[in-house]
Amino acid sequence: MSTSRLTSLRLPALVAFGVGLLLAGCEAPPPETKQIGYRGLAMERVSNPRTVAALAEANQAPEVVPPGDRDGPRAAQAYQNVKVLGDLSETEFTRVMVAMTGWVAPGGVAGSDEGQGCSYCHNLNNMADESKYQYKTARRMLQMTRAINSTWTSHVGATGVTCYTCHRGNPIPQQTWFTGAGGPTQTANFAGWRDGQNFPGPKVGFASLPTDPFSALLEKAEQIRVTGLTALPTQQGEPLKTAERTHALMMQMSTGLGVNCTFCHNSRSFGEWADSPPQRASAYHGIRMVRDLNSNYLAPLGAIYPAAKLGPEGDAAKAICSTCHQGVSKPLNGAPMLSDYPELGAPRN
Amino acid sequence: MAMLSFERKYRVRGGTLIGGDLFDFWIGPFYVGFFGVTGFFFTFIGVALIFYSAALDGNWNPWTISIAPPDLKYGLGLAPLQEGGFWQIITICAIGSFSSWALREVEICRKLGMGYHVPFAFSVAIFAYVTLVVIRPFLMGAWGHGFPYGIFSHLDWVSNVGYQYLHFHYNPAHMLAVTFFFTTTLALALHGALVLSAANPGKGQAVKTPEHENAYFRDIIGYSVGTIGIHRLGLFLALSAGFWSAVCIVISGPFWTRGWPEWWTWWLNLPVWG
Repeated sequence: MSTSRLTSLRLPALVAFGVGLLLAGCEAPPPETKQIGYRGLAMERVSNPRTVAALAEANQAPEVVPPGDRDGPRAAQAYQNVKVLGDLSETEFTRVMVAMTGWVAPGGVAGSDEGQGCSYCHNLNNMADESKYQYKTARRMLQMTRAINSTWTSHVGATGVTCYTCHRGNPIPQQTWFTGAGGPTQTANFAGWRDGQNFPGPKVGFASLPTDPFSALLEKAEQIRVTGLTALPTQQGEPLKTAERTHALMMQMSTGLGVNCTFCHNSRSFGEWADSPPQRASAYHGIRMVRDLNSNYLAPLGAIYPAAKLGPEGDAAKAICSTCHQGVSKPLNGAPMLSDYPELGAPRN
Repeated sequence: MAMLSFERKYRVRGGTLIGGDLFDFWIGPFYVGFFGVTGFFFTFIGVALIFYSAALDGNWNPWTISIAPPDLKYGLGLAPLQEGGFWQIITICAIGSFSSWALREVEICRKLGMGYHVPFAFSVAIFAYVTLVVIRPFLMGAWGHGFPYGIFSHLDWVSNVGYQYLHFHYNPAHMLAVTFFFTTTLALALHGALVLSAANPGKGQAVKTPEHENAYFRDIIGYSVGTIGIHRLGLFLALSAGFWSAVCIVISGPFWTRGWPEWWTWWLNLPVWG
């Protein structure tokens, strides 16, 4: 009798165990949804309100340093060897230096003797001394920031960026990439060549897609579009590998911004601009901006970095979508960085 | 209407769930019953509303006629007719007519003293539909999450919903459902081919028996599931396909809002890896 009772309990117990297993990694309803297209076409954003709240909390802009007096002698005259921010007033210049210290190197690098605060970049005995690589890097980064804020308004708009948009108090931004560093290329010997895929790549949403689509698409400017322009194939299409590389880049965009594919595309036809939400235009310019930053600013700095700061193939850390966005569609929840720090806009004459 | 000589024997009174003898009759070959009447009623209203809505849209292209659910702003409330109200009433009619059909099957089963396997199987298909247009929209808080009734438009819906979760092939229940769909066609093909091969032995030879069929599979894979067993297996595979389809969509949104590949990080994060 007790045996049959046990048997009769076994099936429901198994079912409950299975359902529990399936839901163990899941979230609880209801989700938050926002319609972004015509009704019934599932053009919508789906998000977990708890995740959204946590991300909003994690992406607070820091307190703004009180603005400086725009008048008075220029920094170029007041200080020696000021090559980028020389057009600012002395107080504005000091203000930017104070803010940068908090943004980039408040505590330096743990376990390193590279210094912290001002001394992370400067020789405190001679502030104009160029010998530290951090000093030269910071100068290039200021040029980059001004270039973003003045020439890439197609992506950053009037919101703009500061060092903090990427650095968040770290000397090296936390979300960067190196060539070929996404995952192992070789498995156990008999399994052969992995070709940088078939591994849960954290930068491509944990899919087994190529873990480094960035070298080809965000540093070099290889073609991202893989879909045909006609309903039926009229010529040899792109190979599957190219499509997977594009999908991998898109996974980075989605997870980097905390959005899904329908944020920018109507999947009926990914390439059709007329059907796409307006955010796709911003992303289009973002891709070109990141290519510019990686190839003209970030990659060349590898030449002055110490070996410990380089990736496995000897290249410098470079930017992807998540470097600035960090899980939200508007970095730092859209805080107006440029109007808070107009010093980092276009150089004044 | 002509009736085969033995058919009258099976046209027996009784077995109805509702209405007693009132609807216990046939029209030609078709048993009517109370649920035949409700089924006809819901089907007629639903189809008429589809045509009415298409007429108001002024579009008679069968590929692009679409009855779309309401905007999300209406939540779980009623929407004006031309802004999703049609979809809501047509959904009620569809569930009414599908359920009527299932209950009419039940009455026929009772009439003939058979098991309820057919209505049960059909109920799984109804469950999958209800999951799409009632259960999931309810869990997500708006009828607007249902799919539109149109040939092209429902494909757009499927595609966009899939891409909301970045890569739907990583959805564990979708994996199960796809596997069951493939396996059910494999089992049906093997079963159909086996029966036909036993029944068509070649000119002049005797038709083979199930013993031959069993021997064939024992020879080739060491095991035969048997004549009843293959039908149990087939039903299990087919219903599992439909069931896990329903599960794979109801967990997308209500129970998971991010990319499906990321869901598997629970496996990567198990504390057993070196």
